[in-house]
Amino acid sequence: MQFLRDRGYAHEIGSEVTPRDVYRSRRECLRRIAAATAGTALAACAARDALGQAARPGKLAALAAARSAVPGALTMERATAYTDVTTYNNFYEFGTDKSDPAQHAGSLKVRPWRVSVEGEVRRARTFDIEDLLKLAPMEERIYRMRCVEGWSMVIPWIGYSLSELIKRVEPTGNAKFVEFVTLADRTQMPGIRSSVLDWPYVEGLRLDEAMHPLTLLCMGLYGEVLPNQNGAPVRLVVPWKYGFKSGKSLVKIRLTETQPQTTWGKANSDEYGFYSNVNPQIDHPRWSQATERRIGEDGVFQKKRPTLLFNGYQTQVSQLYAGMDLRKFF
Amino acid sequence: MLLHPAAKPLLFAVALLPFAWLLYAAFAETLGTNPAEKLLRATGDWTLRFMCITLAITPFRQWAGLPALARFRRMTGLFAFFYACVHFLCYAWLDMGFEPIAIARDIPKRPFILVGTLALVLLTPLAATSFNRAIKALGATRWQLLHRLVYPIALLGVLHFFWMRAAKNNFAEVFAYAAIVAVLLGWRLRARWAKQAQRSTPG
Repeated sequence: MQFLRDRGYAHEIGSEVTPRDVYRSRRECLRRIAAATAGTALAACAARDALGQAARPGKLAALAAARSAVPGALTMERATAYTDVTTYNNFYEFGTDKSDPAQHAGSLKVRPWRVSVEGEVRRARTFDIEDLLKLAPMEERIYRMRCVEGWSMVIPWIGYSLSELIKRVEPTGNAKFVEFVTLADRTQMPGIRSSVLDWPYVEGLRLDEAMHPLTLLCMGLYGEVLPNQNGAPVRLVVPWKYGFKSGKSLVKIRLTETQPQTTWGKANSDEYGFYSNVNPQIDHPRWSQATERRIGEDGVFQKKRPTLLFNGYQTQVSQLYAGMDLRKFF
Repeated sequence: MLLHPAAKPLLFAVALLPFAWLLYAAFAETLGTNPAEKLLRATGDWTLRFMCITLAITPFRQWAGLPALARFRRMTGLFAFFYACVHFLCYAWLDMGFEPIAIARDIPKRPFILVGTLALVLLTPLAATSFNRAIKALGATRWQLLHRLVYPIALLGVLHFFWMRAAKNNFAEVFAYAAIVAVLLGWRLRARWAKQAQRSTPG
C-alpha cells in the first residue's frame, strides 16, 4: 500500500485529526510568542540605549558577543562614552600623556599576533590571535574600571574568562602565579625609547585570581575589536584591581611557582603592591584612594564619589582574600 | 617701550589670559576627558612658570642691559602667588570637596602636598609686603632679606612637582623646570661669589 509509506498526514482514526480551531489557535499562540520575544529583545535594546551603550560607536571590525552570565559581570551603571574610553589612556609604551596612546598607537601592528602560554603547564602552546578569538564564546561584560590615579570609567568589554585559556594548557601542581608579559617593540612603540619604566611591562596575578571567572581575557570593547590604544589585540581586565594590573597587548602568559616581579613593583615597591586590590581604606602614599571621579559623569565642581572595596566586586572576590591582612598585602 | 604707560596694564592682561582661558573652558566644558585634573595641573604649571619668569627678570635685566624690566617683577611675582592660590583652591575644592577636616588630615599625610602648601604659606608674606608702603615700613634691608625667601620657595615648588610626578615615574617636565630654576639660582650664587672675590681682593 503505497500511501502508508508517508504517514505524515494519514489519520486512520478521525478523532486524531486536529480540529481546525485548535490548530488555528496554536498558530496564533506561536505568533504571539514570537512577537513577545521580539518585543523583549527590542525592550532590551531600548534599555541599553537608555544606559548610553550605543551598539558600535567606533569604526573598527565588529566583534559579536552574548551578554555574560558570570555573576557581577554586567553592571547597570551608565557606560563611559566611547571617545573618553579611547582617548584617555595610560599606555606608557606610546607616551606618558593620557592623549599619547590615541595619537601614537596607530603604528601598532596587531596581525600577525601570537601569545605564548608557558611555564608550569603540561601543554605549553603558542596561540595565534585567530585561535584566541575562537577559543571560547565571546561575552560582553560591563565592568567598572578604577585607575590608581583616582578616576574611574564603566566599559563594555568583550572577551571570555582567562580560565578558559589556562585550563587548556593544564597547569601543573607547581603553578601558583601567572605572569603577563606585554609587547615592547621599539619600532612600533615610540614610548619604549624613554626609560620611564623597565620594559617590557610585566604584571602578575595569583593563580586563583587568574582563574576567577571575572578575570577577563579581553579582545574587544563597545561591540568591536580592541582599539590599539586600549591594548589590542588582546589584553587582560581584572575589574577589582587598579587598572595598571590589567596588562595590554599581551605576548606571553607564564605560569610560575614564585610571585612574579611586576614592572610598577620594581619601579616603586612602596607605592604599588603585588595585589593592588581597589581599597578605599588603603591610601596610595601620595593621595587618598577613598574617593574617585567618574569620567564624563561627575561634573568638575561635583564632589567625588566614594570608592568601593574591591571596586564593588566584594561579593564575588572577597573569598580570595579571606584571612589575609589587606594592609600588609596591598 | 618698556616704560610706556600701557606696558604694565598690557602685561597684567596677558598674565591673566591663562586664568581666563581655563575659567572659560571649565564652563564651556572643553577641558577634555578629566577637567578637574586638567584645572589642577594647569594652575600648578602656571604657578611654576610665573615663578621662573619672576626669577629670570633680574638676571635677564643685567645681561641684556634693560634696567626698566625691574618694574615688572612685582607683578609677575604677584601672579605666581595668584596662580598658586588658584591651584590650592582647585585642590581644596575639586580634589577634597571643600572638607576642612579632610584637607587638614591630607596635607601632613602626603609629603608632596605638605611641601606645596608650605611653599604657598611662605609665599604669602612676600605677597603681603609687596606694596611700596610695606617696603618703607620694613626698611630696604629687612624687606630684601624677607624676599630672599623666594629662593627656597622655588625649590619647594620644584620638589612638590617632582614628588607628584615620582608616583608615575614621569620626570621629563620636572627636569625642565628644575634646570631652569637651577640656572636662575646658580646665576645668583655666581654673582655673589664674584662680588665677594672683588671685595676680598686687596685694592
